Amino acid sequence: MNKLKYTLHLVLVGLFISYSALGQVAAALYSTTSGNTQFSSDTPLENIQAENKRGQAVFNTKTRELAIRMNMKDFVFPNKLMQEHFNENYMESDQYPTASFRGKVNQAIDLGKEGISKVSATGTFTVHGQSQTRTLEGTIAVRRGTIIIDSSFEVQLEDHHIDVPKIVFMKIAQTIQVKAQYTLAPMNK
Amino acid sequence: MIRKCKYLVWILFMPLLGLAQDDLFDQLPSLDSSLNAPVSATFKSTRVVNGQSIETMKRQHLDFRISHRFGRVNSGAYQFFGLDQATMRMGFEYGITDRLMVGLGRSTLQKAYDSFLKYKLFQQATGLKPVPVSVTIFGSLSAYTADKEQVFQDRIAYTAQVLVARKFGEKLSLQLSPTWLFRNDPLTQGDEKLLLAVGVGGRYKLSKRVSVNAEYFYTAREKFTTTAPYYDALSIGVDIETGGHVFQLHFTNALGMIERQFVGETLGTWGKGDIHYGFNISRTFGLGKKTRLVRN
Repeated sequence: MNKLKYTLHLVLVGLFISYSALGQVAAALYSTTSGNTQFSSDTPLENIQAENKRGQAVFNTKTRELAIRMNMKDFVFPNKLMQEHFNENYMESDQYPTASFRGKVNQAIDLGKEGISKVSATGTFTVHGQSQTRTLEGTIAVRRGTIIIDSSFEVQLEDHHIDVPKIVFMKIAQTIQVKAQYTLAPMNK
Repeated sequence: MIRKCKYLVWILFMPLLGLAQDDLFDQLPSLDSSLNAPVSATFKSTRVVNGQSIETMKRQHLDFRISHRFGRVNSGAYQFFGLDQATMRMGFEYGITDRLMVGLGRSTLQKAYDSFLKYKLFQQATGLKPVPVSVTIFGSLSAYTADKEQVFQDRIAYTAQVLVARKFGEKLSLQLSPTWLFRNDPLTQGDEKLLLAVGVGGRYKLSKRVSVNAEYFYTAREKFTTTAPYYDALSIGVDIETGGHVFQLHFTNALGMIERQFVGETLGTWGKGDIHYGFNISRTFGLGKKTRLVRN
């Protein structure tokens, strides 16, 4: 009986420690569901831009893991015909509804101090169902309890098997410029 | 006692099991819940084949359409299986808003002018506020000018349609088109001024840019009578889309390309091989210069 009591104590103590750890992990998560992602395709014939204001991001400040995802259909174009062609012909959004990045920020960030620092994140970048391992450059700013992630990078259509027919080849850039800004707040858990 | 303890231990461990799922995305609400997506591209063009589809031109886009129907394929080698004769319609169609469009056209058949308004009432959507079907209303006024003696009023015909379509997944779209057609002076004496019809149409996508389309207009009247020698129009074709162009190639027993003609005045029948090869070419021009986001 004594042995059982001892084991039970041990388990309870262990659980207590795990629970406090659980609290810490939850507090280390920052997230948003209204991140901004823009892209532009610039050619001499036509400049095309679109914006997605519903990007989701989670950042774990302990492990520095970063996960970002968005619906392709949430990209809004000023020109609705282009929006239709984007979803229907190029991204095939019914088949590949989302784009995502899962990775890890390579530098340590001091959350206690307000300020901005240059960082990079390495991970899996998925668009049009095609994944690439990429290191994306950007900045992380700590401001009034929020974490602001900024990044500009390029996406090669070829890398993600996005086909452009010859007839519109001159109007669509092979390299797409992407700009992302995500303001993450602590998660209430 | 020991049993009870075991249960307790399991219950205490439960929240930690959740933690073991090592995916940050699990912390977020599902992406689907935020998506309120209109279902776009039910059809590639504003026409299924002859008849209107629920699609309207997008805002500030001009569609220049050239449509041809050749002679009957059963007219033999002397007529080069119909290709020696061509009937044509030319049209300019424009999106005033993303839901409202206007069109003007001229057909060689009966030297007809046509004008129309088309308005998308409901757009099929998924997500938070789902809408099961798209509904577009269509109204047109056309005038025949071939008969120089005819008074103006007698030249006119009106069409009204309620187009209801649903895109079933990525490939299949089906449409129902109840049609009300009123001719002030029908071409044949025995024909009624008012004709009710219902169109059934659809498309099936073979690839990203190619679909098979078909369409049938059932008219509520006796077919091929001596006073009104008309049949119902049946058309089958393919749509090929490349950027701003849509090519529609088809076989149909109707020669006309406006509602009054293909719903009300179809003289041919598939049964006897009175089939016309034809095509619609649609070229869309974006007239609005707004392809860039407004900078803050």
